[in-house]
Amino acid sequence: MCILAEEVNSMLTLEKVTAAYSGSKVLFGVDIEAKKGEITCLIGRNGVGKTTTIRSIMGLVDTPSGDIQLDGKSIFKLPVYARAKAGIGYVPQGRDIFPQLTVKENILLGMEANKSVKEIPDYIFEIFPILKDFLQRRGGDLSGGQQQQLAIARAIVSKPKVLILDEPTEGIQPSIIQDIGKAIMKLKEDMAILMVEQYLEFILDISDKCYVMEKGRISMSGKTEELDKERLQQLLSM
Amino acid sequence: MDLLLMQLFNSLSVSSILLLAALGLAITFGLMGVINMAHGELIMIGAYTTYVVQNIWKSVFPESLFDGYFIASIFISFLVTAGIGVLLERGIIRHLYGRALDSLLVTWGISLVLQQLVRSIFGPTNVSVACPSFLDKNIEVIGMFSMSYKRLFILALVIICCILIGLLMYRTRQGRNIRAAMQNRPMAASLGVNTARCDALTFAIGSGFAGVAGCAIALLGPIGPTIGQSYIVDTFMAVVVGGVGRIVGCITGSAIIGMGGPIFEFFTTASLGKVLIFIVVIIILQFCPKGIFSISNRVLDE
Repeated sequence: MCILAEEVNSMLTLEKVTAAYSGSKVLFGVDIEAKKGEITCLIGRNGVGKTTTIRSIMGLVDTPSGDIQLDGKSIFKLPVYARAKAGIGYVPQGRDIFPQLTVKENILLGMEANKSVKEIPDYIFEIFPILKDFLQRRGGDLSGGQQQQLAIARAIVSKPKVLILDEPTEGIQPSIIQDIGKAIMKLKEDMAILMVEQYLEFILDISDKCYVMEKGRISMSGKTEELDKERLQQLLSM
Repeated sequence: MDLLLMQLFNSLSVSSILLLAALGLAITFGLMGVINMAHGELIMIGAYTTYVVQNIWKSVFPESLFDGYFIASIFISFLVTAGIGVLLERGIIRHLYGRALDSLLVTWGISLVLQQLVRSIFGPTNVSVACPSFLDKNIEVIGMFSMSYKRLFILALVIICCILIGLLMYRTRQGRNIRAAMQNRPMAASLGVNTARCDALTFAIGSGFAGVAGCAIALLGPIGPTIGQSYIVDTFMAVVVGGVGRIVGCITGSAIIGMGGPIFEFFTTASLGKVLIFIVVIIILQFCPKGIFSISNRVLDE
């Protein structure tokens, strides 16, 4: 019974995933597991392959070998849009909101992944009330923090099974980071969250499990409270 | 004075046809970044479709219903060229995204193939369509100045097309997906937008409006295999001057190129008029390299 519960919880599994840019390998057999109800953090210095790992999950980079499973089904061979439809919400580094589209249009686009969502659900505005006031404003005219909130809202509006966030605190003022942290904590009840992050305090505050990456490989993993904080600090400050 | 008014009206009419062709190009070039040199040939196919529909209509329907052929040919030209657009996009152009120079060369080759294909089917001599009787009239305005119904009809057709494109792009789910895919393709796909389908649809719409432009051109004079060539340069200029990817830019660019040329020609000579309009384009692009209505916002400015 216990094993079965474990399987149900495991929403996203990466098995020996390799990735390459123009034939040159950057990931060397990455194994990651993200469970529902947990915030899993992927950490490491710049250039070790964190964003490439995230982009591999989305199908945005060439992945010659390995397997990626979402809720027990392989999504490894699916095109990008089909992975989103399978239940992955993605907040990329730099947010990538559509600058010429309004806030409302940006959120409506998020609903493309799940056709059963017909209207923008109220919980979006409960989590990010600021967006309600700016619905008709162009996405490109929002501040960095507001854009980050919009990017998260856009990713969760389709009620994904897994939410992937790539450095959600990057370039955001501390008060907004707190809001984003609270929002992420609230969201983990309904989905698995995989997050790339470099802000240690934020990682320690909200994550349940961490994977440390070095040179395209997972070098260390475990429950956040059990990891050596000094070692983590050392890794991130290098 | 009458002559000037006449010239202005005719150039307005030229602008409107240019706008129809430019709307299609604004979609394929402006939104998709594909330099489609075969766009002129899609206009030509639209014109020949009108000719074919006219001939079929003549043999199928009684004489009294003849005028109906033109209304039908507007829709049929749209569908035929949209279909050819989809075939081109799925078969060839999708392999050339992000390779502007390659797409330019390949589409130029396609344009030559299409011209020769039409020449082989219809012969090298020009053909013409009969103007429907309800458009074969003039309105006398002042003195010698009169406006022909067909040119007024083309103006109305262009306005309707602009409204339709505006509604499609800004009021529908498909339009939103197209705009998103054109702004940031990987991100749109990451949200569940089938970008390949979007590309095909976008190209179909752009090609379809080129067909409608061809249908309008068929009203104004004889149709030949190279008719599209005479519009393609002006159409590209209209899109670039107006600001790539903006409908309002397209309207402005078409007005500048379509009206500026004939007006300069009126006051100078035909060749000098052409030179002057090119100088105007160069000056505009010196001060607004992205066109008059370039897009500016916080994200793009960063």
